[in-house]
Amino acid sequence: MLYSKEVMDHFTNPRNVGKLDNADGVGEVGNAKCGDIMKIYIKVDNGIISDVKFNTFGCASAIATSSMATEMIKGKPIEEALQLTNKAVVEALNGLPPAKIHCSVLAEEAVKAAVADYYNRNSIEYDKEIFGCNGCCGSCEAAGD
Amino acid sequence: MKSGVGMKIIYVDNAATTAMSNAAIEAMEKSMREDYGNPSSLHSMGQRSAEKVRAARESIAKNLGCSSNEIYFTSGGTEADNWAIRSCAKNGAKNGKHHIVSTKFEHHAVLHTLQALEKEGFEVTYLDVNENGIVKLNDVEKAIRGDTALVTIMYANNEIGTVQPIAEIGRLCREKGVVFHTDAVQALGHIRINVEKENIDMLSFSSHKFHGPKGIGGLYCRKGIFLNNMIFGGAQERNKRPGTENVAQIIGTAVALEEACSNLDKNAAYVASLRDRLIDNILSAVPRTRLNGDRESRLPGNISFCFEGIEGESLLLMLDLKGICASSGSACTSGSLDPSHVLLALGLPHEIAHGSLRISLSENNTREEIDYIAQVLPQIVSRLREMSPVWEKIQNEEKEEYNYAVQ
Repeated sequence: MLYSKEVMDHFTNPRNVGKLDNADGVGEVGNAKCGDIMKIYIKVDNGIISDVKFNTFGCASAIATSSMATEMIKGKPIEEALQLTNKAVVEALNGLPPAKIHCSVLAEEAVKAAVADYYNRNSIEYDKEIFGCNGCCGSCEAAGD
Repeated sequence: MKSGVGMKIIYVDNAATTAMSNAAIEAMEKSMREDYGNPSSLHSMGQRSAEKVRAARESIAKNLGCSSNEIYFTSGGTEADNWAIRSCAKNGAKNGKHHIVSTKFEHHAVLHTLQALEKEGFEVTYLDVNENGIVKLNDVEKAIRGDTALVTIMYANNEIGTVQPIAEIGRLCREKGVVFHTDAVQALGHIRINVEKENIDMLSFSSHKFHGPKGIGGLYCRKGIFLNNMIFGGAQERNKRPGTENVAQIIGTAVALEEACSNLDKNAAYVASLRDRLIDNILSAVPRTRLNGDRESRLPGNISFCFEGIEGESLLLMLDLKGICASSGSACTSGSLDPSHVLLALGLPHEIAHGSLRISLSENNTREEIDYIAQVLPQIVSRLREMSPVWEKIQNEEKEEYNYAVQ
């Protein structure tokens, strides 16, 4: 089997699918050309991510990593959500095939993009350095050739 | 239909490989038990094997319209493609010919061989195909030059099933005096082929695509075309492809091909009727869906769709969970970010090419199975579209267009 039991579980029964009409932050990353787009909506109450939803266009691992990432930040303080790494998502899913690691990077980026949007909307100062991809997985345009 | 353990499997990935023919299995088993002699041995056991191989070769030749000494067994379609192309390149180079004509949507067995030759100094013209996935004869004619060593164009495409105007290309190449090779892996046993009438100089085939065994195929090479060795050794295959013959698989190939060809018209009509029923049902049930490849000039069993707003791998795995084994030209199944080179060759944008699904039928499929797919597939597409931000964008654009039209 290409995917772990955990990936198949989150792919076939994805958690937190949907949109939040009154979201406090929305992050969209990826592009349709590469075959993956993730959009994450967060609701923030007193610095806590009280609700989170996602929409994803992509392969099974893109859907599973979105689902897992939203589970991992739900109910957490924003600062903690920002600590979420793609590695943690991969570990929680009990591994991803090498070619699919970029999906977990997208999930991390989508969470960060949603938080950045929340900060921008509320004019909260933040360190821009911690946002954005450094092309580490080598799978997307950010990695260059 | 039950799900989970004991779920009935609906196999619609026959372009990948086919179920083996019972007659072929029986013939192979008998051969493995009884004809274990080496065809090169002079004793009676050896000669019995040699006779079986001879008869098999003759049967295959009859179904291709050539003579049996024009058939060379290989490890499959890939080896046959490599062999034909490399041999012609070598022959061409000897006469100062370093140019090859092919298409953008060949199988990788051809494309990657050509790319390797480019690194060795050959020049390759990769012809475009039209939006329906058909090579234009005029383009082939224009591409052939004085230094063209070979034209290699597939008989039928493996992803979108389009059948190329092979007889016309063959006639053209014969007129121009250029060797014409065709990768007929998807075509043989499914549509009538006659290498003589179609002016085909070289043709690759693979047994497991017509209910024969895996790991064997062959190359037809017309008498008079010099075939260079790829490997060296004993005198098998007329000194051209040494190594003890794979007797059982050669027999299995002949039995499977004979079965396929003697039932070809009946099977093709039946499979095409299932194909057309499923295409019509899906196109009417699922909006923003396109059928890839020409509707008329296509293999009886091939269906290739692109569903806007979703990605092919997800679709494929969801179908699998419902017991349906299909295929996708999706990037995600290959580990690359680029979608299938075949779909891109049709001019499809990347985002649409990502949502591809290939359903390839055989005569073993039933109408009930087709109707089950027609029932399940639209539900899965809807489910994936519901969670797709790309689909959301498409819908919003549609709404805006509608509002604009109403105003």
